[in-house]
Amino acid sequence: MNKLRRQLLAGPYLVWIIGFIILPLLMILYYAFFDENGSFTLEYLSHIASPINMHAMILSLELGVAATLICLLLAYPLAMILNNLKIKNQSLVVFIFMLPMWMNFLLRILAWKLLLNKNGVLNTVLMSIGLEPVMILNTPAAVVFGMVYEYLPFMILPIYNSMARIKKDYIEAAHDLGANEIIIFFKIIIPLTLSGIISGIVMVFVPALTSFAVSELLGGGKVLLIGNVIEESFMQGMQWNAGSSLSLVLMIFVMVSMTIMNIFDKDGEGTAVW
Amino acid sequence: MKRKLIVFGLLFVFAISSLSACGDDSSGTTGKRSENTLTVLNYGKYIDEDVLKQFEKETGIDIKYEEYESPEEMYTKYKAGAIDYDVICTSEYIIQKLISEGEVLEQDYSTLSNYSNLDSDILKLAQSYDPMNSYTVPYFYGTVGIVYDTTKVTEEEVSSWNCLWDKNHKNEIIMMNSVRDAFIPALKLSGYGINETSEENLREALKLLDKQFPIVYAYFVDEIGDEMISGNAHMALIYSGEAAYAMDFNENLAYTIPEEGSNLWIDSWFIPKTCQNEEAAMLFLDYLCGHEIGIANFEYVYYASPLTSVVEALDEDVRNNEAVIPSKESLTECEVFTSIDDEKTALLNHLWQELKSRTVQ
Repeated sequence: MNKLRRQLLAGPYLVWIIGFIILPLLMILYYAFFDENGSFTLEYLSHIASPINMHAMILSLELGVAATLICLLLAYPLAMILNNLKIKNQSLVVFIFMLPMWMNFLLRILAWKLLLNKNGVLNTVLMSIGLEPVMILNTPAAVVFGMVYEYLPFMILPIYNSMARIKKDYIEAAHDLGANEIIIFFKIIIPLTLSGIISGIVMVFVPALTSFAVSELLGGGKVLLIGNVIEESFMQGMQWNAGSSLSLVLMIFVMVSMTIMNIFDKDGEGTAVW
Repeated sequence: MKRKLIVFGLLFVFAISSLSACGDDSSGTTGKRSENTLTVLNYGKYIDEDVLKQFEKETGIDIKYEEYESPEEMYTKYKAGAIDYDVICTSEYIIQKLISEGEVLEQDYSTLSNYSNLDSDILKLAQSYDPMNSYTVPYFYGTVGIVYDTTKVTEEEVSSWNCLWDKNHKNEIIMMNSVRDAFIPALKLSGYGINETSEENLREALKLLDKQFPIVYAYFVDEIGDEMISGNAHMALIYSGEAAYAMDFNENLAYTIPEEGSNLWIDSWFIPKTCQNEEAAMLFLDYLCGHEIGIANFEYVYYASPLTSVVEALDEDVRNNEAVIPSKESLTECEVFTSIDDEKTALLNHLWQELKSRTVQ
């Protein structure tokens, strides 16, 4: 009786999972492999090799990698600084980094649009101190900028988390054994934060690879990422089959990233920030 | 005990939500309706609401008014069939599609007492999708043209679509991020009509668009007016109504239709097959064609009105504002979009992606 009741409680969740995760995935699979007449075809999957999709895919990978690298370069030193601040209340640090994420994502990106505009705040300031205005908006660079801004917390938090777990004893022991700061950094801190780095990379790379809203808003319609191609094939072209097969290909990239994360992050410490 | 409560609570919530969902379906218009009700479907913010109230008061007919954002949304809403609409307003190419699907009722609109108030030129242009003017009544119309900053661009420059290819304005040109609109200048410059569907000719236009890509600042849709107001570009392809809005905020802006011609769009009313109250629908359309009501709606929407008495009553500077009321001369070169089939839509979308991914052959 008790068991039944417990299962009943899981019911809504099961309905949710089946209705909104499993069924849509199956539908994507179906649309990717079967044409309108219901016969099996690999034609749609082969669309990924078309010049348009290849170009969009490569551009997405490039921008995704660039955004991830920049995030890593910004986040790692920041995490070290935060860790050395000796703040007693760790959750306060997390809170500060979560704070901007409470604001609507589109609003934040739209704000950047205003700031980076030709006659925007940034250029007004630059010109008033006699510098050349920057024309970054509506270029791939602006899209990378938006991604970095958007996903930086996802990089900082896991790295900071794994760094905060390093016992001071290890570092003191290394000092005692004559290691200098550089050796400690490379031989102790980096290996011990590797799981955080990996989950940070995946948590930035995956959304950056699949994003379409940032390129839509900051790219001025001139930066076509694979996410945009998928969105357009569903929303404008009514080409559900092509869109589904592209989503499938993208899913493979996501799964590879997730697998890498799982290999390095067995105990899940890196992502355990939420 | 607690668990039991939760289960009951959940069941209760489920029951309530499913009940209210049913309620949504049956209430409204499909259920019992009083003799004198009119269900109207229109674009958002596309009528002076006082007009509706006044109509109800004068005729005793109850109006159920519904709005939508995009023509595609309207099409889905109508096709879903949950509500029997009596009269609908939308864009010409969707109406053409609905006519070909047999969804539109034919009427003798010339029996409307205010029908003579409709501009015969506009009715003639509307014949491209409604050959006998027997399916639709024009409501508002406008054009696609160029809005430009008069301090940066001369009137002479923008007299031809070629200005959008002028390298002197690199990074100062905004194009529309919608396929058919963006193709207008390129098709016109290549000497074709805006309803061209042959792949060879479209590709010729695409080459032009590809040449233009490096000097385009951005491809926008809704932001064009605001971007021009804040002076982020010298010129932009734009809908006339949007241009009129922008010109209200920035006096340096002007609007023109290049001499090669452009697109004329007409939003019209039609009575769909689902209509339950044709008499009231006709009465409503007649009402909208009246002078006073036409003025009220024009002042609210601020698009070109096809009612001659309304245009005549306008101040001279408004009437001569090309962005508000297109001149007869510019209309002669303008064409109305006709609906294209799914295959050609797919082709256009494909060409558009080729342009955006810079893989044009």
